[in-house]
Order: sequence, then C-alpha cells, then structure tokens
Amino acid sequence: MSAAPQGPFGDPPFIPTHQSRHLEALADEAVTIIREVATECENPVLLFSGGKDSAVLLHLAVLAFAPARLPFPVMHVDTGHNFPEVITYRDEFVERVGARLVIASVQQSIDDGRVVEDEGPRASRNRLQSVTLLDAIAEHGFDAAFGGGRRDEDKARAKERILSFRDRFGRWDPRAQRPEPWDLLNARIRKGEHLRAFPLSNWTELDIWQYIKAESIPLPTIYFSHRRVVVPRDGMLLSVGGPVEVEPGEQPFEETVRYRTVGDASCTGAVRSTAATIDDVIVEVAAARITERGATRADDNFSESAMEDRKREGYF
Amino acid sequence: MTNVLDVHDGGLMTTVLEEHAGLHVSTMPTLRIATAGSVDDGKSTLIGRLLHDTKTVFEDQLAAVHKASARYGDGEVNLALLTDGLRAEREQGITIDVAHRYFATPARSFIVADTPGHAQYTRNMVTGASNADVAIVLVDARHGVVEQTRRHAFIASLLGVHTIALAVNKMDLVDWDEGEFDSVVKDLTGFVDALPTPVEIVAFPISALLGDNVVSHSTSTPWYEGPALLEWLEQLDVATEGSGAARLDVQRVIRPQGSDYRGYAGRLAGARVAVGDAITVQPSGRTSTVVGLQRFGRDTACATPGEAITIELADDVDIARGDVLVLGNAVSTETVTGQVCWMIDRPLEPGSRWWFKHGTRVGRAIVESIEYRHDLTTLEQLPADELRMNDLAVIRLSLSEPIVAEAYVSSREGGRLILVDEATNTTAGAVMITTTS
Repeated sequence: MSAAPQGPFGDPPFIPTHQSRHLEALADEAVTIIREVATECENPVLLFSGGKDSAVLLHLAVLAFAPARLPFPVMHVDTGHNFPEVITYRDEFVERVGARLVIASVQQSIDDGRVVEDEGPRASRNRLQSVTLLDAIAEHGFDAAFGGGRRDEDKARAKERILSFRDRFGRWDPRAQRPEPWDLLNARIRKGEHLRAFPLSNWTELDIWQYIKAESIPLPTIYFSHRRVVVPRDGMLLSVGGPVEVEPGEQPFEETVRYRTVGDASCTGAVRSTAATIDDVIVEVAAARITERGATRADDNFSESAMEDRKREGYF
Repeated sequence: MTNVLDVHDGGLMTTVLEEHAGLHVSTMPTLRIATAGSVDDGKSTLIGRLLHDTKTVFEDQLAAVHKASARYGDGEVNLALLTDGLRAEREQGITIDVAHRYFATPARSFIVADTPGHAQYTRNMVTGASNADVAIVLVDARHGVVEQTRRHAFIASLLGVHTIALAVNKMDLVDWDEGEFDSVVKDLTGFVDALPTPVEIVAFPISALLGDNVVSHSTSTPWYEGPALLEWLEQLDVATEGSGAARLDVQRVIRPQGSDYRGYAGRLAGARVAVGDAITVQPSGRTSTVVGLQRFGRDTACATPGEAITIELADDVDIARGDVLVLGNAVSTETVTGQVCWMIDRPLEPGSRWWFKHGTRVGRAIVESIEYRHDLTTLEQLPADELRMNDLAVIRLSLSEPIVAEAYVSSREGGRLILVDEATNTTAGAVMITTTS
C-alpha cells in the first residue's frame, strides 16, 4: 500500500470541537458534491473571491481529490475594486494549494465596452460582475462553476438547489428549478448551458467560522479587527481610499473594525469590532443580530428581491 | 394585532453563546426535518417560532418581514414571509418551492426543508422530504385530519421517513381540549397503520402562534405528559446504520500523477468499513481486501456510513466510476419495480425511454409497465395509461446496465434512482425500489 499524506497541507489532523460531528457531516456532503460535479462535468472551475466561504470551498476541493492535485482551475472575478490584503492572500493561497488561477477582469469588460460603468461616487461594480463572469465562462468553455454560496445568506439563496442551472443567457429561473431528490445529483446539460454548484449550501456563517478554526484555514487579515479610516454611508462604514471617495459633508474617522464579508470595496462595509482572533469572531458571530449581508452589503439593501433579481441575470 | 415575535423569549441565547464559547459538548448528529402544510395550518408560523425562539431570526430579516407584511398583507406580521423567499411566493401568498432554514440549540443543529403543501407542487415536496430524518405534519385542531394531511403522511412514508411529528396546532382555539387532540391523533394513526411502509406517529398539542409545547412544556396542557416539540427533536435518535451491507458507489478513481496510489472515492452507505475488510466489486464479482482508508485526505482505520472516503485495495482490480464496492453479499439486476413520483410535464408512458442514475451508475431505462397509480385523495390503486406531473405510481423498469439494487426500505442509497429526460436533461422522476427482480 502506498502512503497517503497525513494532511494534504501538512496541517494538523481534524481537531474535534463541540460541533465536530455536525461540521464533519457538512464536509462529507460538500466533498461528495465536489467529486460528483467534477466527474460528471467536463470542464469545471471553482470561483474564488478570497473571501472566507471560497477559502473553505477551495480547502474542501483540495481534500476531495487528495493525494491527487486539484483537477480544475480556480477563477477570480476581479472587479478592480479590491482590498489589497485580499489580493495578496488570494495569490498566496492559490499557490499554496497548487491550483491554476484564471482572472476574469471587470476592468477589461469595461475597456472592451461589454459593460458601462455607473457614474458618480456611489457607483458599484458588483452588478457588472455578472457580465464578466458569463463572458469568462463562455471564453474558457466552463460547463460548471463551483461557488461558495450558502442558503442562510439570503431568502432567494434559501430557495436554490445544490445544482443551479443557467440557460445560454446565463439566467436562473427560480420557478422552474430542476427537481433534486436525495443527493443523486443530475449534472447533465446541453451545449452552451452551464451549471453552478453550491457545495456549501447547508452551511451557516457560524459553521464556516468553526470549520476555519478546526482546519486552521488561513484568511485575509481584514476579517480580524484593525484600525481603518472609514466614512459612514447608507448605514455602513466604507473604507476611505481606493474606489471610495469622501463626499462633501461626510466626516471620515478612524475606527477599530473588521469585515464580515469580502466583496467589491465600493459597496462592502466594515463592522465595528474588536474581534482579533478566530475565537473572538466565533463568539461575535454567535451573538450577531444582523445577517452578514444586511450588515455589510449595500447592494442587497436596494430592495427585498435584490438578490433574486441579480441571480436571474446570472450573478453568482 | 399580535406581534407573535414578542410573545415569548425562549431564553436560549445565553446558552447558545456559552456553547459557542466551547462550554458545551454535543454529540447528537444534525437533524434534517421536512415540514409540510399550507400557510393556513400555521406551518410557517411554527418555523418562524422555532427560528425566533432559538434566536435565529436576525433583526434585519425581521425588519424586512415587517416591511413586506405591510405591502402584501393586512397589516399583521406574517411569519410565512421569512420562508417564502421568492417574489412569486410573496405575491401569491403560497409556498411554491422548498426553502431551507438552519438553527441550532446547545443540544443539536437542525436543517429544515420547508416544503409546499399544495398537490400541484408534490414534486417539490418530494425533493424536500427525500433527505429528511423526520417530517413535521401540521394539522389545524379545528379541522382535524384532512386530505392534505393524509397525502403528506403518505409521501413521507414512501420516502422512508420513519417518524412523523404530528403537530396538532391552534390548540388554543379548541380550549386545549384533550378529546379534540386524541381524536386527531387516532384519525391519523389509523390511516398510517394501513400504509404499506411502517411509520411512527408522535403527536404534540401546540400553539405555534403562542409557543405552547413548541420550545417548552405548556401549562395549558396538564393532561399532556410528553416533551415539547423542540425537546423531542433534540433527543430524536436517527439511525445512520441500516440493516443493509456496506456499499461504496464509486464516484471517481483517484490516481495522482507520478505515484502508484490508486483510491476509489465515494460516499459510504449501509454499514462500517475498516482496513482489512474483504470486499466484492459489482457487477464484476471480483474480490479484494481494503488496505487503506482516507477521509478528507487523511488516513483512518475505519469509516462510518455517510462519510466521503477513499478506499485502497490490495489488488489491482479493474474498477471504474459506477461500480460498487460491497461488503458481504449483493447481486446485480437489470429489472426493478418501484414507487415513482413523476416530476415533469412530459408524461411517462409504457415503452418510453429515459436516462437513469442509480448511485453513480448512469444508463438507459425503458418503462415496461405502469402497475398502478395512487389516487392521492382516496389512496386507491388505479390503472393508468400514463403518468402526469406530480403523480405517484408503481412502475416496472428495464435497465441497460446492471445495478446493485436494494429495496428502498432497507437501504436508501441502494434503493433509489432518478429518471432523466433525454431531450431536456431535467430530472423527470424519483424512484423508490420495491422489488429488485
């Protein structure tokens, strides 16, 4: 018998925590989904934003095929409005797991005239990502895209199946979802269509953090408390600098904050927090009274159907 | 107007926090619950109550529910809006598709699949209930067991849900009358006793609106000596090991470049497997011995059902995706009979041809016959020339590839398959095998 590696990252074994049985069952489910889609589809890709959910997803994907290498590339849809810490982290993490990184650039879509950027200081590129994503999927001929979406994030996501099918226009039709009995996944598609696979569908924000702790998965530093110059806008604290410019009448100030989600810097808000370690964050998340998207995403607060509308257009 | 969210405080937050600080040890596996019923039964109110009393409803979600209630409703806070996440559902005031909700107590984590109750969305209920350990069926105490209740109990039993929590709701509206409760329980118990698959009924006299017997025992029901619904769910034992043999439907052969490692990846079902166990490969019938086991890329000596593992064998046996590694005896078959839930517009007819997927085996299936269709009102067995969307029936199939089939009642993994439409690729039917020859 040949020796299988003890921990594909040279990491310590799974540390049993108070919720270890629950987390392990979620990980078993995710690994099974990843293996099945990667085997049924010809040319899958894993969407990696550098956020905590995609870090867990990529970690599980590596475990799913160990000791073999990850059999598909990783793609970052880059809005150009990044936190520099996240880009550094992205490159290190992808290199560490030995994956091939594909970058789909929203800036390129703008330069090519595929999308028109909104004007003004509050313009966000978040919605533009859908076009860049669909273009990249077509360009590379990807037939399946793994995403880190979770059903507890949003009420439209709560309705989405593990496998979410997109027509030739990239659209999701929530009223005609493919039935998904048991875990017998049916990944058959026609040419030109693609599917999104969500192996973390049944995870909660707290599950993600507890798993990150149990598996010692590295994260971008902005997930932990730090001092930052912010400006209050639309009920959120936006980081000053990069795409966010101070408008007349706004008073920026320095605050101790951290990020609960990592997205486009122009519309992702920081939360006041002194949580400096994973244990601190776990306690904070357990006590949180606002959902992570409600607390940190301006784009989801436009209307009660904001996520459903964007998903219909091809969003993650 | 009553804001039901302000009525009770379960007091769980403190304990939940203590737990997350690492002070509590839970060993109960996650419980998957399917709920069925219409808005009128109070199903969504019950889920809202469970989410609220376990502090799972967030303030921004609550604010959104208040806002949406004002838009769609008559001014009352409608907890159904917490789970009815699609615009069409909010506009029509009905549940169309399955919504998943998550909550945890110090004792256990829960996944709730909130499924639609209307007959025209039976296929979505089947999707939601197919992964459930337990089903909660709601009955309005004033109306008792109705046609929909019987249909839900029947579907749950077909899908192998062994236990139904019968939540007799709105007990406050019948003055907490023990006789009313008993007659509902007797009615449904009598019905399920006549079903082909055994189902246990455990009944709770509750008020989802007021919270009685949902999270904690109610003083309004001194005659009821059982636990509150949540207490019972926390302690419910769900067997992961069936009576069947251990089986691994091979998803993929893992062969790293430049290494002689060869592992067979899949999700273990049925029973445990350990290093040293003798296995048989189906359908080839070749035998070998397990010499290595990995889970999450790490060596382990033993694996239990449900785990996503990789198995190494002593011999260089020809094994591909779709093959099954079995511990003990198992036989392959190319004909099966089973219960089917039909899920698409295109009808199923005798002689029609479909793709099938059983475990990780994909092939062609031909419908040999429709034995009978279940009338969902009377549960009579009726002859049928074709099956339409949401029909439940018994059919006989011939398969192009042999499968290691088991009866669904003894092995969920070995006893189920899906039929897929060759033209559209959509999943057309869910089959629970009753006979493997």
